[in-house]
Amino acid sequence: MCRLFAITSETPLSPMVAMEAMDVMREGHDGSGVGLFLRDLSGPFEEMKDAPILSGIFSEAGIKRLDRHMMDLGFMTKYRISIKVPKVPPEGTPRRDLYLIRAYEYPEEWDILSQADKEDRLVQIRLELRRMGEAEEDMIVFSFWPDVIMIKEIGDPMTIARYLGFDRKELHARIIMAQGRQNTNYAINLYACHPFFLQGFASMTNGENTAFVPIREYLSSRGVQGYGGYQSDSEVFTHILHYTVRRLGLTVETYKHVITPLQDRTIEGHPDGAFLKQLKHSCRRLTIDGPNCVIGCLPDHTLFMVQDRKKLRPGVVGGKPGRWAFSSEICGLDAAIPDRDKSRDFQPMHLDTTIVAPDRQEIDICSQTAPLHQPR
Amino acid sequence: MLPDRPITPTTLSVKDLPWQIHWDKDKCTLCGRCTAVCPVHAIEPAVFRKRMFNASLTPGQAPTNVHQVYHGIRQRTDPAYACVGCASCTLVCPNDAIMPMRSDESDKLRYHINRGGQPRSRGGRRNAPGGILDQIKFIRISMLTDPALDAGRHEFELRTLLGRVLPPEENMRRFREKGWIPPVREIYPLIIGGMSFGALSPNMWEGLQLGVTYLNEELGLPVRICTGEGGCPPRLLRSRFLQYVILQIASGYFGWDEIIHALPEMEVDPCAIEIKYGQGAKPGDGGLLMWYKVNKLIAAIRGVPEGVSLPSPPTHQTKYSIEEAVAKMIQSMSMAWGFRVPVYPKISGTSTALAVLNNLTRNPYAAGLAIDGEDGGTGAAYNVSMNHMGHPIASNLRDAYLTLVKVGKQNEIPLFAGGGVGKNGNLAANAAALIMLGASGVQIGKYVMQAAAGCLGSENDRCNICNIGLCPKGITSQDPRLYRRLDVDMVAQRVVDLFLSFDVELKKIVAPLGRSTALPIGMSDALGIGDAAAAERLNIKYVV
Ligand code: SF4
Ligand code: SF4
Repeated sequence: MCRLFAITSETPLSPMVAMEAMDVMREGHDGSGVGLFLRDLSGPFEEMKDAPILSGIFSEAGIKRLDRHMMDLGFMTKYRISIKVPKVPPEGTPRRDLYLIRAYEYPEEWDILSQADKEDRLVQIRLELRRMGEAEEDMIVFSFWPDVIMIKEIGDPMTIARYLGFDRKELHARIIMAQGRQNTNYAINLYACHPFFLQGFASMTNGENTAFVPIREYLSSRGVQGYGGYQSDSEVFTHILHYTVRRLGLTVETYKHVITPLQDRTIEGHPDGAFLKQLKHSCRRLTIDGPNCVIGCLPDHTLFMVQDRKKLRPGVVGGKPGRWAFSSEICGLDAAIPDRDKSRDFQPMHLDTTIVAPDRQEIDICSQTAPLHQPR
Repeated sequence: MLPDRPITPTTLSVKDLPWQIHWDKDKCTLCGRCTAVCPVHAIEPAVFRKRMFNASLTPGQAPTNVHQVYHGIRQRTDPAYACVGCASCTLVCPNDAIMPMRSDESDKLRYHINRGGQPRSRGGRRNAPGGILDQIKFIRISMLTDPALDAGRHEFELRTLLGRVLPPEENMRRFREKGWIPPVREIYPLIIGGMSFGALSPNMWEGLQLGVTYLNEELGLPVRICTGEGGCPPRLLRSRFLQYVILQIASGYFGWDEIIHALPEMEVDPCAIEIKYGQGAKPGDGGLLMWYKVNKLIAAIRGVPEGVSLPSPPTHQTKYSIEEAVAKMIQSMSMAWGFRVPVYPKISGTSTALAVLNNLTRNPYAAGLAIDGEDGGTGAAYNVSMNHMGHPIASNLRDAYLTLVKVGKQNEIPLFAGGGVGKNGNLAANAAALIMLGASGVQIGKYVMQAAAGCLGSENDRCNICNIGLCPKGITSQDPRLYRRLDVDMVAQRVVDLFLSFDVELKKIVAPLGRSTALPIGMSDALGIGDAAAAERLNIKYVV
């Protein structure tokens, strides 16, 4: 079972906070990999909130191809973090030429594009780069999006954190999501590592999605660019989130109704029953199954946690106004926010969605049986 | 037969028949029950001649000789009276003195049941045991990374949808704008497929309806039953129980006069309308109710004269092209119920199924597609149609599902599979396999007759005389002397037993796969088969 940790804070934090939380939960993961998602960045990126940032791993040849490609597209480098790593990587971690985090200036022609067009093109470019990289095995691209950095690597989270210097100032962020892997496939493909990201939506999961194949088939047949990859059964959670919010225009509390709908007889008695019935019918192929705890982040910086229908995975939320953390285990929470009121810690159950809004003032708990807030 | 008697080409001996009657003289009390019960008069009382030879052990005494007669049972060898192996004689014999036994080699009778140039027709199913569905195994067992679920204690949602489901974006839009949303029924994925009132006896029909009602109203299991092409009794049409019924319309339109007239008086809408274009047992052939079974009651419900055979045309009269037929019929049926009732076609398995499906995807009123594979059963058909026509259900269904996946409509048009589901008794395993291959639900017929009423038919050509109204179990007969053998309440009880046990078994399959929140439609990663060619064809794992 993997371990998850996410934190949202008014004041920027070092990713080490998440790594320390991960470290105390080390019994729960085997140190086979770590994934990190940073958003609402501070430091140098604070000044360039709109500039798309490319995160990935490149070989020398790959970086050359990247530069040429981006130049052709008219992108200019605006800022970059150079991660200098020791000559010898930790045991089990492959030797890489370059971990890249680079902010770009949009090409001038993009000025006339609508926001939606820009966002579609950013996805298109990331997918192109991914394809190019897969063909030559010289680049791995995690994200290409404003105000978002992602790093994934094989190895023990704490060792990787030190190796890659996660404590550096430029990486401080107000939203951090991290996953410590329990490896279930021997050869680790970094594209199978959480968190997953698409057009501003990120999620990571601790669990196993037994309905993966029909869901994958359904998402792949939506004709939406970016609904692909699926090296991991959990990637579909990100795309369902994207689909729910972006394509259907619904809120995050409805996400829970999409992935684990209520049973028919409960829907009959629900104040929003008529709507929920339609949602359940038309999104039937997006119903997940199996044990899953999902932590996700929306483009507006909302952070949330939902559980599967049977609540088969651990997950707890706690903190104080201005700083809230989501963790697989309470010890992770203790490590990150020791001075919180522990009696208010909340473990979402099978009907709950726990949401921390962008203002970070409180935890909002939505039960599936309660009326929906959303105006429809 | 005396050795010098002339024989005809059709002169057969008992040995040439598929079933031979073993009769035990020592046990027989000559009560006559067997000869009275035999539906085809295959046995008759007979007088046998016997010679007793008495040789004394006393030296010098000459042996004596007596001729005697004894009474017993003789099997007839005229093809018209050949034993069908139903074993009704065994059933009624108080002394277990009689039993049909299958011949040890293939019979010669088959070459002679076409006298008068009439090829054999019969009821039942394809005479071919086995099948691919039984070979499919469920291989994705939840181990360690996800816990297997508890079939007995966890909550399961094992329902399915019957009806046209809109794509999510469109559905949300119509909901907001209060537009028309096609009717969709939440039903149990095991459906009792179309067996008509007429094909089935009144007691059988009533028993099925009663069982279905009990499942719905007392046990909360939304089981649905299709009428087949034979109309529906007027009282049922005007009762609340109609909501559990799928009304079938087929090319003979039997009973639809009554149905249309009952429309204004209907208390509830039917579950759905099934338009039958084809049937797996006799693809490309219309329904057939032979004259034996068209009595006063059946004639009244169907709106036809008594005592005439009722062959439905192989195709609908409106059918100029499939597009037109589908569009016209679906539309007019939808309109009849104010667009509140799902309407879907049922076709027989065929290599052209995808063309039908593609048409349906473009018809916004098409509520689904039912495909009936070659192993489906029937009340009456030509033997050749039953044994040799049609397409196996597994690959037909799988192709249809994958086609929908390709166009992204796998949730919009539910597919229902039928034809040989549970033919070897493995109902839940077969149904689950079809669901994971892409079916939204399965239809059963023969299985219900076997499990709920004790039908004797088999894939080895046993009984199968459903067509002539002589069903020894009273299931497919219209003769009160026969169908009173069937107790309505007990049929209902068996229907309930069958569905409840199916439900448990289905859970026993999906729980170890880690599925409980939704029916695992299209979960093909769970399936494996030890036949490489079949695995490739069905796009599932080859396991050895
Ligand atoms: S098995 Fe059936 S058909 Fe054969 S003799 Fe007995 S009752 Fe008649
Ligand atoms: S028992 Fe009745 S229904 Fe079954 S095969 Fe014989 S005649 Fe047909």
